Amino acid sequence: MAEPVIEFREVVYRVDGRVILGPVSLSVASGEVLVLVGRSGSGKTTALRLINGLILPAAGDVRVEGRSTREWDRVRLRRRVGYVIQEVGLFPHMTVERNVGLVPRLERWPPARTRARVEELLALVGLPHEQFGRRLPHQLSGGQRQRVGVARALAADPPILLCDEPFGSVDPIARAELQAEFKALIARLGRTVVFVTHDVREALALATRIVVLEGGRVHFAGDPLAFQASGDAHVTALRELA
Amino acid sequence: MNFFEYVAANRAEVLYNTVEHIGLVAASCGLAIAIGLPLGVLLTRRPGLSGPVIGFANVVQTIPSLALFGFLIPLPIIGGIGARTAIVALVLYGLLPLIRNTYTGISSVDPAVREAARGMGMTDWQLLWMVELRLAAPVILAGVRIAAVWGVGIGTIAAAIGAGGLGEFIFRGVAMVNNAVILAGAVPAALLALAADGGLHLVERALDWRRRTAA
Repeated sequence: MAEPVIEFREVVYRVDGRVILGPVSLSVASGEVLVLVGRSGSGKTTALRLINGLILPAAGDVRVEGRSTREWDRVRLRRRVGYVIQEVGLFPHMTVERNVGLVPRLERWPPARTRARVEELLALVGLPHEQFGRRLPHQLSGGQRQRVGVARALAADPPILLCDEPFGSVDPIARAELQAEFKALIARLGRTVVFVTHDVREALALATRIVVLEGGRVHFAGDPLAFQASGDAHVTALRELA
Repeated sequence: MNFFEYVAANRAEVLYNTVEHIGLVAASCGLAIAIGLPLGVLLTRRPGLSGPVIGFANVVQTIPSLALFGFLIPLPIIGGIGARTAIVALVLYGLLPLIRNTYTGISSVDPAVREAARGMGMTDWQLLWMVELRLAAPVILAGVRIAAVWGVGIGTIAAAIGAGGLGEFIFRGVAMVNNAVILAGAVPAALLALAADGGLHLVERALDWRRRTAA
């Protein structure tokens, strides 16, 4: 088996001595869409933030492309890892095109290349540049903002994409639509994705593998079929919520 | 001699003192920004210091201006008689609005935006320059505006320690019991305060990203 793109080795994360996550061991293969499911406080977001080095483990090691997040230059690491966060976090003072072109600009791409990339991505997420490029985030609907968030995370062509409930704050119809588009997009681009959600239906729709976190530990890991078939009480309870 | 006649007869002096007054305020605001802005940013990185530092700046504000000028006169280097001492005092008064507004402006940046900036791989400087200062700009500018307007008012008292400015007419008029002379200082000072307030308000609006609309 090829070396995993992301690997958690006996990872523990603590805040003020309290264990938030771990010990967790987990690996994500190239091209996999791993969906982390769990209640709030189960450690899902913590796991994501460990991958792009926004936090470092108290014990164990998180390895990205074979290198520990402790050893990575964290700015470099984060520019290789796309990140779509829960409240979208678009820069409110930047237009849509500037938001999407941010990482390419940080990476000092030539302006023409950045512009072409921005136009390509906005087309990809269904927001034509001529119409939306110069708008500010507050002039977009919730669903449009989420799309811009996804486009921004993909801008510098990162091999890895982290998504923290990216469709959490949109209405159910827009949400289903965004999920379908996202799935098609990822399949086309062949990225390795770690996706966090508390919505089991979303997990089933997107995942190639589902990991259930509970109390900071891996409670279940398997493909969607195994998830559906599992007799485990907690997994059954999660399924019934869907 | 009424106010208009007095100003007309002494227009060169009124103009000279007005320019002098603007100089006092501009120099002290510039220094207050140069000190207060980095200090405010520092407080956002070391929030534990914000209590003591803002507390100290608050205490400075409570010292009556004439007393503060008096306290500064005997000090070496920064003290003495003249404009330098006045500028030091005006900087001390201007620090509070600058530190406080910089700190508040940056602290109120949405944590999701900050998280996104770090997650995108911005360095600390890029986060500060490209995101935090841009978003906090209107609040920081409001602090500059307060410092400038106060500076114009308090600056009139600086004439008491030989710093010149429009306060000269006010003190002279008080000594002469002559309203026309007092007004020759007070009216330009009031106009300067209004101009500073209005002008900086326009800059504040120009820098406010919330007011920008689609092109």
